[in-house]
Amino acid sequence: MSAPFRLAQGGRIDRARPLGFTFDGKSYSGFAGDTLASALLSHGVHLTGRSFKYHRPRGILSAGADEPNALVGVGRDQTRYTPNLRAPQVELYDGLVAESQNRWPSLSFDIGAVNDLFGRFLPAGFYYKTFMWPRKAWDHVYEPKIRAMAGLGRAPTAADADRYTQRYAHCDVLVVGAGPAGLAAALAASAGGASVMLCDDQAEFGGSLLSETTATIDGKPAAQWIADTVATLRGRANVMLLGRTQAFGYYPHNSIGLVERLTDHLATPHPDMPRERLWTLRAREVVICAGALERPMVFPENDRPGIMLAGAARTYANRYGVKAGSRAVLFTAQDEGYRAALDLARAGVHVAAIADLRPNPDGELPAAARAAGLNIMAGTTVTGTRGRLRVSGATLGRLGLDGQVGQSQTIACDLLLMSGGMTPSVHLFSQSKGKLRFDETIKAYVPGQSAERERSAGACRGIFGLAAAIEDGFARGEEVAQAVGRAGGAVTRVAVTTLAAAPGVHLGAAPHDRDAATVKAFVDYQNDVTAKDLALATREGFRSIEHIKRYTTTGMATDQGKMSNMNALGIVADALRRDIPEIGLTTFRPPYTPVTFGAFAGTSRGQLFDPVRQTAIHGWAADHGAAFEDVGLWKRAHYFPQGGEDMHAAVARECKAVRAAVGIFDASTLGKIEIVGPDAAEFMNRMYTNAWTKLESGRCRYGVMLREDGFVMDDGVVGRMAHDRFHVTTTTGGAPRVLAHMEDYLQTEWPDLDVWLTSTTEQWAVIAVQGPNARKVLEPLVEDIDISAAAMPHMSVRQGRICGVPTRLFRVSFTGELGFEVNVPADYGRAVWEAIYQAGLAHGITPYGTETMHVLRAEKGYIIVGQETDGTAVPDDVGLGWAVGKAKKDFVGKRSLARAEFSKPDRKQMVGLRTRDPHDVLEEGAQIVANPNQPVPMTVLGQVTSSYFSAVLDHSIAIAMVRGGRARIGETLYVPMPDRVIAVTVVDPVFFDREGVRLDA
Amino acid sequence: MLLIPCPHCGERPEIEFRYGGEAHVARPADPSALDDEAWAAYLYLRNNPKGLHAERWRHIHGCGRYFNVLRDTVSDKITATYKAGEPRPDLPATEAAE
Ligand SMILES: [Zn+2]
Repeated sequence: MSAPFRLAQGGRIDRARPLGFTFDGKSYSGFAGDTLASALLSHGVHLTGRSFKYHRPRGILSAGADEPNALVGVGRDQTRYTPNLRAPQVELYDGLVAESQNRWPSLSFDIGAVNDLFGRFLPAGFYYKTFMWPRKAWDHVYEPKIRAMAGLGRAPTAADADRYTQRYAHCDVLVVGAGPAGLAAALAASAGGASVMLCDDQAEFGGSLLSETTATIDGKPAAQWIADTVATLRGRANVMLLGRTQAFGYYPHNSIGLVERLTDHLATPHPDMPRERLWTLRAREVVICAGALERPMVFPENDRPGIMLAGAARTYANRYGVKAGSRAVLFTAQDEGYRAALDLARAGVHVAAIADLRPNPDGELPAAARAAGLNIMAGTTVTGTRGRLRVSGATLGRLGLDGQVGQSQTIACDLLLMSGGMTPSVHLFSQSKGKLRFDETIKAYVPGQSAERERSAGACRGIFGLAAAIEDGFARGEEVAQAVGRAGGAVTRVAVTTLAAAPGVHLGAAPHDRDAATVKAFVDYQNDVTAKDLALATREGFRSIEHIKRYTTTGMATDQGKMSNMNALGIVADALRRDIPEIGLTTFRPPYTPVTFGAFAGTSRGQLFDPVRQTAIHGWAADHGAAFEDVGLWKRAHYFPQGGEDMHAAVARECKAVRAAVGIFDASTLGKIEIVGPDAAEFMNRMYTNAWTKLESGRCRYGVMLREDGFVMDDGVVGRMAHDRFHVTTTTGGAPRVLAHMEDYLQTEWPDLDVWLTSTTEQWAVIAVQGPNARKVLEPLVEDIDISAAAMPHMSVRQGRICGVPTRLFRVSFTGELGFEVNVPADYGRAVWEAIYQAGLAHGITPYGTETMHVLRAEKGYIIVGQETDGTAVPDDVGLGWAVGKAKKDFVGKRSLARAEFSKPDRKQMVGLRTRDPHDVLEEGAQIVANPNQPVPMTVLGQVTSSYFSAVLDHSIAIAMVRGGRARIGETLYVPMPDRVIAVTVVDPVFFDREGVRLDA
Repeated sequence: MLLIPCPHCGERPEIEFRYGGEAHVARPADPSALDDEAWAAYLYLRNNPKGLHAERWRHIHGCGRYFNVLRDTVSDKITATYKAGEPRPDLPATEAAE
């Protein structure tokens, strides 16, 4: 397929390697080295997108990351589809499939374009003003409609098939950007042996020099100087070159985020290759050489396809061998624009006119254009354009001395170039919290005071000339080599020949003679923000650019204002008649260009998203058909269904088995902390509400831990193993929190206490054997421990052996039955479990899961911290007043308990609820009221915290926190539900064996 | 990501640490001697300076120790770190706090 706009020669493309690709289903050709944008332009394709609000036809505007219009979705299938890519940054490969976005049904015929005709009804803040009422319509009508119409790309519908990696790295010097300044900086920085990393977002190093065909450096063409310099850098062992790598974020203490694209440019990547690599880099010194972006001109109808930045057209001609059009008009306010006109004329483009906003352009570049016979119209503005899917003409108007537009003429063209000025890319500098300074000469912000160990070089700090930029790179490179103690001496300087650009630029809207109320002069192309919208925002009272940005959405498109911000500032400053620095500047936030979620996620997906914690007994439970539930990171056996049982049937069976015979339960996830040292008891006294000094070795106590504000934080059984040793258990989820809480007090409040804390959660497997037959099951397995009722009462602990394995055997119960918790080293957990299970079969042993454990404990009125408590319950609220050692002088939380608030009789207190219908199981979280007929909002007395059907009692049970609950025992309260009201009787929260005789069996 | 010099281990990246709130808020020796207002002040009132802030960090994925850091809340610059129990170094507020 012929490409009519491809030049016969020139450019950095490889004409020996033709590539095929499709755009919106149509086939095209290009060459290796092309981008999607350059290849489309070689076929004369400019129309690549529709704008966000008005759906106006839009073309390729730039040749880089600042592209606001040519956004495409790329990918062969849904597993490798990426939306919102900028066509000038998409490297071409054979078989690439791309599609345009934000158009329906097709690019050239788009129904949403009617918005353009009704544009005067869509002013700034239109959405805020119109769709305010009713609220419901937002969810069901406005938002879905607006979203469908806007359609900024579509998310892929299948999981990402690619793999992403992450690396951490350190270096002496990071150089960001490999243009003229960056290459020079890297040369100088690495000369003395400093470790230097040089990254650039493009496939080739060289930056703006890649588009340079006339300048010479060190006596050779720019392209040769790039090749020689890159070869020199590559030859240095202390230099690492990272191409296709975007430095997207500057974070505190010189930490920089880079994303390296590894396979997106390949037709058939090796299946083992990751798609991207995220670098988290720590550099001692950073040299930012990010270059500058050209500013468009703001004039009526400046958005038609074929209207382009002058520098972009120059890049397409010089670097890619592509003419962006046949007949060009240049609208410029700076000398740089002439460089493009000269190069395009040389490439065979007819330059019909150069409209220069300045009255007397007289630098080297305008002189060269005049010498080349180009038609320069000084003091001229563009007042409008023609064409629909492609620009066909520009109306040029002479400016009089009064600044008014005088005589005008329309010149036919298929390419209209814009060059308003250069904006230094200060994004990274600003992200580093450096302070920006407004430079009146170039009418742009440049780096001022630094906050981090960084410096900028070249165009990104407003040093624009090629010779000056290279010199700045050398000088900054030498500085950082010195700063890291690896100075390599002065670098030999190079001679540069090129035409110099004289200062002089424009900011804001260009003058015109059209009706300002109807004409559209675009500032932010993607979001369709016009000069008129910005002026309207100022008339409506907006003053801060941060507010104007949000009201008009200028700078909020995917290019994040790279193209629009400075012109928007200029227009607002003009409208408010204030200086630009007074308007303020919006914040530059990372990332510089969008970064995939995949790069941030790295390998943390699927199975590796979160660690999975499994107990030593997990495999047995899985083998025996357990259903598992997630408790924190743990997988816990939830219940053990048999023969097609559902959860309720399984739990009913498990509960009855524990109460009638014996059950076995994996309690290994309990948090465990070993507290050892001469001051262990004193430490326990201070950390828990209970008194510990008098607890004998071999005995256990239920401990309650408070935060300093008096609220219950955790609980658990504590065994005293020796005078100076406690075996503390915590809730499953609370273990790390409790240990951190203890370490905090030990290290920072009581460093004088001689105590050592060790987490032993993973070291002990815990097998709970609970039920009237528990002793019978364990007795034959236990060695050298007398577990008879007389020798080993409830709440005692012994050390010995079980099944030949060392054990800490606790006699404790969270079921209300005779019970033991067998602690053995985790490696033996499964073997001991299996031995107990085998021995238990003769006694009706039944494995049970966490659901049964919950029901059994609720039948006994035992709380679960985090279920009955919510961070606002003091011990007395949940019936644990007895566990508070009132005689102790101090413990964490004691002073708070003395607050009058905590002894008020109307605090929420834990009670039981009994429904009239035994099969009514209340909903956990349901609200409780005294008068169900009270209009909404009702006076809520509390809420249901635990609720189950008890198969043992053949009745539902519930625990609740109710205002003044204990005094309401016997009262009838109500639980209003969406379909009915359930009457409940307030009862004592212990539903089963209130006397506790079964515990002591 | 901050680079935090643990006084026991040296410079380590922020992900190894956990923040521990304002430093030098000592627990009263005898809490029962405090009235409600003084106790509430101990529990809840914290400084939130723009500028130099003495704060606790714990090297939770390292030595496990709590220690103190002087960090500028505007620039994130860390001017000193020191062990728990040591007095706050007498440093002037940085220019960023102005
Ligand atoms: Zn440490």
